[in-house]
This record gives sequence, C-alpha cells and structure tokens, in this order.
Amino acid sequence: MPKAIVLEKYCKSCRLCVDICPMKIMSITEKTNERGYFVATCIDQDKCTGCTLCATVCPDVAIEVYK
Amino acid sequence: MKKVFERTKGLSDAHFTFCPGCTHGTIMRLIAEVMDELNIIEDTIGVSPVGCAGFCQDFFTCDFVGAAHGRAQAVGTGIKRSLPDKMVFTYQGDGDIAAIGTQHAIHCAARGEKITSIMVNNAIYGMTGGQMAPTTLEGMKTTTSPYGRDPISVGMPMDFPKIIANIPGAVYVASVSVDSPKNINKAKKAIKKAFQVQQAGLGFALVSVLSTCPTNWGLSPVDSLKWLRENMLPIYELGELKETEEVKSL
Amino acid sequence: MERVLMKGNEIIGEAAIQAGCKLFFGYPITPSTEVIEYLSANLPPKGGTVLQAEDEIGAINMCYGAACTGNRVLTASSSPGISLKQEGISFAAAVELPMVLVNVNRCGPGLGGLGPAQSDYFQSTKGGGHGDYRLIVLAPSKAQELYDYTMEAFDLADQYRNPVMVHTDGFLGQTMEPVVLKERPQAPDVNKDWIVTGAKNREKRILASYSLTNEVGEANNIAWENKYKEIQDKEQRWESFHTEDAEYLLVSYGTTGRICKSTVLNARKKGIKLGLIRPITLWPFPEKGIKPLLNQIKGILTVELNTGQMIEDVKLAAECKVPVKLYRRQGGMLPTEDEILENLEKIFQPEESGEVRN
Repeated sequence: MPKAIVLEKYCKSCRLCVDICPMKIMSITEKTNERGYFVATCIDQDKCTGCTLCATVCPDVAIEVYK
Repeated sequence: MKKVFERTKGLSDAHFTFCPGCTHGTIMRLIAEVMDELNIIEDTIGVSPVGCAGFCQDFFTCDFVGAAHGRAQAVGTGIKRSLPDKMVFTYQGDGDIAAIGTQHAIHCAARGEKITSIMVNNAIYGMTGGQMAPTTLEGMKTTTSPYGRDPISVGMPMDFPKIIANIPGAVYVASVSVDSPKNINKAKKAIKKAFQVQQAGLGFALVSVLSTCPTNWGLSPVDSLKWLRENMLPIYELGELKETEEVKSL
Repeated sequence: MERVLMKGNEIIGEAAIQAGCKLFFGYPITPSTEVIEYLSANLPPKGGTVLQAEDEIGAINMCYGAACTGNRVLTASSSPGISLKQEGISFAAAVELPMVLVNVNRCGPGLGGLGPAQSDYFQSTKGGGHGDYRLIVLAPSKAQELYDYTMEAFDLADQYRNPVMVHTDGFLGQTMEPVVLKERPQAPDVNKDWIVTGAKNREKRILASYSLTNEVGEANNIAWENKYKEIQDKEQRWESFHTEDAEYLLVSYGTTGRICKSTVLNARKKGIKLGLIRPITLWPFPEKGIKPLLNQIKGILTVELNTGQMIEDVKLAAECKVPVKLYRRQGGMLPTEDEILENLEKIFQPEESGEVRN
C-alpha cells in the first residue's frame, strides 16, 4: 500500500500538502513538534495513491512517500 | 514497497530556517537532488549570498563559501578560476543578483564564466523585512513603497534573466517557477541543465526561479502560490529564454 | 643571482610570480597599472591566471574566492580603487583568508593626483573597511624592498591566515631601479585544513563570516584579537639608522623614509645627533623600535606625505616622554633632505657641535 510519511521535525504547518493532495487525506493535527509547529499527517493512508504531490510541494522536504 | 520520494543526500539534516511555506526550501531541494543525480556533491563548491538565501550554506552537504551582498558571482569566479575542474554555483536572491550585484552578474555572463547561478525572485527583500526589490511589481506595496511601486519614480520591475539572455557568454538562461508540481518539475530540469552546461564547460548558465514570500507578502503559504500565479507569471515569462545549439545537443 | 633594472610596479609583479602566486585579479588604475600589465604578460605562461575584473569590487571578491581554495592570490590598485575594495578586505579578514594587496598610493581624497603620497596610512593600518580587523602592512622604500617585502607578504599571509598589504606609492612604483631577483625563500609550512576544494572524504566546510549568535560573535572577535596581538608581539619590523647615540629622531617610512636617511647624514655633518626609525611594518606599528630610545632623545619629528597620520602612532609609542612633531608635504609633493633638516632645526633648535663621526 502506498503511504506518505511526514518527518515531523521538519514540518512547519504551512498546509501546502493539505491543499495539493488530490485525495484530501493530508491534515494538520493538534500535535506539535519540537519547534512548536502543528504537524501535518496523512489521516487516511488507505486512500494514499503514492502520487508524491505532497512531497513535491513541501518546501521543508518533510514528506517521504512509499509505493 | 519502496521509497519513491525521500530526502536527498545533497541536503544536510538541518531544518530550513525559512518561514513556513517559503519556497526557498523547494528550490534548494531541487538543487540538492540535481547535485546528487549528477554525482557532483563532493566536487561542488556553493557560494551563498546575503539575505534569506544566505542561510543555504547550512543546508547543502557540499562545501560552501559565504559572499558579501551581491558579490557571489565574483567570489564564484575566483573559486572557478582557481579550481577549474570543480563545480561552482551561486544561490542568490533577486536583490543580491539584480540590484547590489548587477555588475558582477552581467560581467560573469559576459565572460562566459563557467559557473551556474540560481536566482530566486520573490519580488521583495525578505530578510530585511519586506522592502522593494528590483523585481517588485508595479503597484505592489512594500515597506519602502508603501503606496505601491510607482514606475514614474522607481521604474518598472526588471526581468533580469531576459537581460542576461542578451549577453553572448550566457549560453543557457531559463525562467522557471515553483508554484505547482508541474512547474517544480520543470524547474528541476532547468537547474539540471544549468549544471550540465557547466560540466560540459560551455559557458555561463542562469536559472531564475519565481518564488514566494508569504511573511512579507502578508499572505498564507497557499494564497502566496495563488498570488504568484496570478500576478508574477504574467510579468515574468517562463521558459528557456536562451539555449545555444551546443546546449541543446547536451 | 641576477641584478636587473626594473620599474617598481613590475618588480612587485615579478616578486609575486617568484613567491608562487597563482592568481591575480585587478582593475587598471594609475599609478599601479604596471602590476596587472606585467602579470598579464608573465603569469599565464607560467601556468597562472590573470583576470581583469569588471571593477575593484569584483577583483577583491575574486581574490576572496580564490583564497578560499588555498592558492596564492594577489591584487593591486591605487587609493580610490583600494577604497572600493574595502568591503571585500573586511570579509577576507573575517574569514581569515591569506591574500596580498598592493596599494600604490595616490594623493589626496577624491580622485586626487598621481604623485607620491602616504594619505592612506589610516586606511591601511586602522581597518579601512567596516568592523574591527587589522591588516599586516609592509612599507618598502626602494626597489629591492618592493621585491623582498612582496615575497614575504605571501608568507606572512599564509602564516597568519590574514590579508597582507604592501603599502607603496607612485614614486616607488614608477621608478626604475636595480634589483636582485632572489630565489623564493623556503615558504613556511602552513596548515591548509580549512580550504574548500569539494567535500571529498571529509566533512563539508563553510567559509563565511555570518554570525547571528552574539556569543559566537564575541568568541570570533576574541580569536581574531588574539591573532592580532600575536602579530603585534612577533612581527614589528623597522630599520634603525644612526639611532645608537641619537638625540633627535626622525620617524618616516617608504619614500620619505629613504629621503630621511640623507637628512640624518647631513645633520651629522653639522654635529646634530640625528637618527631615523624607518617603520617597515606600518601595522603592527614598530613601537619596540622607538620605546628603547625614549630616555636618550629630546624630540621626534615624523616626516609624512599627509596631514599627519602616522604621528598618532608615534605619539602613542612616545608615551608623552618626548615632544613629537610633524613635518609633512602633501598633494604629491616630496620634501627635500635639506628642508626636512631645516624644519627639524627650527622646531627643536638642536646644538650644533661639529661633525659627529658615527
């Protein structure tokens, strides 16, 4: 199954992944990282197609994608 | 299951110190991936400028030299002339390359200096807190053009890559954007070609990248990308503005 | 060893080649232009690089880039051009880059004139650019010293990882004099584990002077300060001329230092016990050459080609123990040996007791 993994320490909560995801499965959570940012996460890995769009637009290189 | 997207070894483990949503990080990722794909990380010396872009020296895994404001291409020239077999690139903001360092950019191109320059155009001075840049759009409000850029007083925005494209020594000049996945992929191809031009010793290569500054534009990261598309793309033509026959045959 | 007749600026160029200088970046400006011309003709055939930059700012930053790679690099210019280079010199000092800078002084502020002058003493010795840094500054007074000091400048630059300036003027730069083109002395064995050549089989290196953490900033400044103190301790150089029994002292460097030697000899013919301290390093200023004489001398006259710049360092060295006065010409004019003596006599009214044989 494809999946998008957020490397939480790099995430800055910018929402570009949330906006770009065609399956609308990226979301900002209530969880904060060491710098205090609410981190993004994939809320429904089952729907992930591994398209890599989230990782492509992530300006902090905080997403890895498996397929 | 295999990793289809991972952090390149061209980037260090350090987190980017840019504001959330700033596309400097995207551009640096592309450069780092290109260096990795061309297997030149160990043979490359980067030159960092002054401004937000100046932080880049901490994020790549290649050697770096920090230049004074605007002098990156002169410094890059010194490195390349001393070590002609190494790869040298400069990473500069629009103010660095197209205002305070214009003379070096133009003459670096005129000499056909065998280095690669990446210009990041976000139409504003980010580090100092949102002042007018040579690339600030007509009517755009900044802290030093609080009523909007007035062309009667300060002229029209400079389309710098077009100026460089007119110089014979510049053999590859591209204008790209990182506002969408499609444009990000095109930007990477242009950056890769700009490094290959240097590897082949063909002359000077410049890639201008349209980028965002959510903080100083006063917009969210998502809205910043939209603003770039709606306002910058009509002014700054994208595409390979110049490509000599030799470059085409690479 | 070959003894040849060469123009001062060409001697600088030849000394650089002999010292193993690999790169020269510059921009033509009178009266220093023969340096870039000589090297353009003579360095590339020996495998080196000469590049005429778009401007002085470009040239110094090219030197900065080349110095980061560990190769020996030179630039030469004259006063207004050196002003343009100040930003880059400050950056080079902060990154601790070895490089040699030649200032063939012009006279006066602004565009000024071409005659001999020492009006850039403050600029050379007190920083010049922004921030708190020092250059090692060497002041030749004749052709052979142009050659010797330029060669040594490269060694000092490497040894201390610091820019070194050769401070001369249009008189020395444009005059043809005999010079012995000595072989390069043994270069010091220096650590080069800081240069950037690509991060192959080692950690990446960053050569930059950017620090937004005040604690780091202070630590950097203290490290530089310690280096400058070490240089002040070890590298003060001067020539003492008839100082053993001197009752009066001239302090003068470069072109006027050379003229002052004749003044000393003429004074001694008249029975005036005059000596000369000719600073060779303008920074570090050779106070060690002056201080031991303070108990025996009655007055010091500095002879300069400016409104009185070095006199401030001489006064500091004199510790208010003896009067320090100035005789100066400006705007490209040189004093004669006689007029210096006349002014010394007018100022200090020394006793004339027949010829001093010493």
